[in-house]
Amino acid sequence: MKSVLGYVCAGALLLALPLLAPTYQTQLAFLWVMIVLALTWDLLGGQMGYNSFGNIVFFGIGMYACAVVQRDAGLGYFAGLFLGMGCGGALAVAAAAFLGAGILGLRGHYFAIATLGLGIAAGELASGWEFIGAGGGMVPPLFPGALGGRERFFYYLCFAIAAATFPVLRWLYAGRFGLALNAIRDDEDKAEAMGLRTTRYKITAWCICAFFLGLAGGAVGNLTGFIDPREVAFAGSTYGVWMVLMAILGGKGTLFGPVLGAVIFHLTKELFWTYLLGWQRVALGLLIVVIVVFFPTGILGWARVRWPERFGHRVEGA
Amino acid sequence: MDNLRLLFDAPLLPVQLLLDGVLIGAIFALAALGMALVWGVMGIINVAQGELVMLGGYAAYFLYRAGIHPLFGVPLAAALLFCLGWALYRSLIFRVVDQDLFISILATFGLSILLQQLANAFFGADVRTAESGFGTWAVRGGAITIARIKLVAFGAALLTGGVLVLFLKSSRLGQAIRATAQNARAARVMGVDTDRVYARTFAINAAICGASGALVAMTWIVHPYLGLPYTVRSFMIVIVAGLGNLQAVLASAVALGVAENFAGFIFGAEYQTAFVFTLLVVILVLRRFWLSRQRRYLA
Repeated sequence: MKSVLGYVCAGALLLALPLLAPTYQTQLAFLWVMIVLALTWDLLGGQMGYNSFGNIVFFGIGMYACAVVQRDAGLGYFAGLFLGMGCGGALAVAAAAFLGAGILGLRGHYFAIATLGLGIAAGELASGWEFIGAGGGMVPPLFPGALGGRERFFYYLCFAIAAATFPVLRWLYAGRFGLALNAIRDDEDKAEAMGLRTTRYKITAWCICAFFLGLAGGAVGNLTGFIDPREVAFAGSTYGVWMVLMAILGGKGTLFGPVLGAVIFHLTKELFWTYLLGWQRVALGLLIVVIVVFFPTGILGWARVRWPERFGHRVEGA
Repeated sequence: MDNLRLLFDAPLLPVQLLLDGVLIGAIFALAALGMALVWGVMGIINVAQGELVMLGGYAAYFLYRAGIHPLFGVPLAAALLFCLGWALYRSLIFRVVDQDLFISILATFGLSILLQQLANAFFGADVRTAESGFGTWAVRGGAITIARIKLVAFGAALLTGGVLVLFLKSSRLGQAIRATAQNARAARVMGVDTDRVYARTFAINAAICGASGALVAMTWIVHPYLGLPYTVRSFMIVIVAGLGNLQAVLASAVALGVAENFAGFIFGAEYQTAFVFTLLVVILVLRRFWLSRQRRYLA
């Protein structure tokens, strides 16, 4: 009961946040998107042990699907946006099921490299396809409401996506599904020998991940106001890298780790952007190397070793 | 698909594409050889392979700007990259050698971003090339043209590959490298300093990439974001050829070069990169189906 109360209090505070800090609404909206990115990456990368460098594909698919629906369906702004996001999520799930059937049969490192190729291939294909604006990109329709209403609307939209992602993952990790994913991470052959249909679990996990990424993509496309195939939609060098970094920073394989990593990264990113003019991306690469090599368990992993009793582990004979 | 018809109407055009493909394939083979070496000996898939190629290209370009003919720039770039590779091993790679593959993939992935962005910050995003001044060679009244530099690069790539194989076969260090690849623990028991072997292996890999990058800078262009396609090409070639088989590496590299050239011509040059990356996914998936048919494990 205590944790439910905590969640309710936190939710109320976060709902009121744009009223308390109206100048940072867009930044906060992006923070929610970051949390979704990190959480969904961790579903495969942390819980299942499948490092994916290509999750950005689903983000981009959702973004483009949403923009195309908004452009061609001839609906009002909000109807078009929500239908578009729905289509984006559905299309991303379909893509995940299709691609997953082929790629998720690959083991660990082959999967990692295949997804690395996938993300870039998607960006290159999108920038050559006339129907979605090719290299010129697309511009989603303008928000119709009053000035300032746009920021607030997107804050709540992104918050809603994040607030939907978190409990779903929490529920999944708590049950049989989470155990199956962890079994796949720990020893896939053994899990298969025990009768788990590993490929089915893996594809389901990727579909869940793709669904939320597709939703987030649709929202981000409208929030950014411009869709570039390589820099916004299939942005392997920004969102694609960030999601990996955030999940590892916070502690991969934990529920709160990616959230924590996303919050820390998003706050410090602003500092990077201000003080490291032109060198942010260098710092980003360095940060990944340093974290992976010296700090692979992440913040929560480190905290778990430091204060095991807080995490419910009993220390034997201490 | 107009280009496809053109291919049949002009009989010399496929010959031209084929020739170009074969010649560039040899350059791809070099980076792939290095990747196979590091993968086989150290058990690391080096995602930063393409960035080493890119840095080799920049080394050749700056040597060219300093007045050294790019052809002499090839060994110099290799030497520079040898030092860089050694430094990278001593500072970073040695920490991930014995760890599981995820850590090494993520670490080299971070390294590739780091090198790429450093190159962007120091050298700028401009496209550069090291002009060799060799001109082109027209066959049959210009129906087929071959840039002489491509022939030279082809020869240099073959030479480098041959020297590498000879070195691995006959030199003392080569023997130590092969012993470590077979069984690192046994090699250590027999008195091989495996840490040093790893350092040399990674440095040699960087040197090969440097040579290949210098050839790339002469034949085409270099820019900071060049790396990833080369990493992916090397990976593809190694997957198709298997580890430790020079002839197969060369053959699949040439096949990739030819395929890429034809695809670039048929679909248009803007889809050539997309073709490379899509081909990677297709090859991996096909390989998996083929292997699962044989009921072999994909460890």
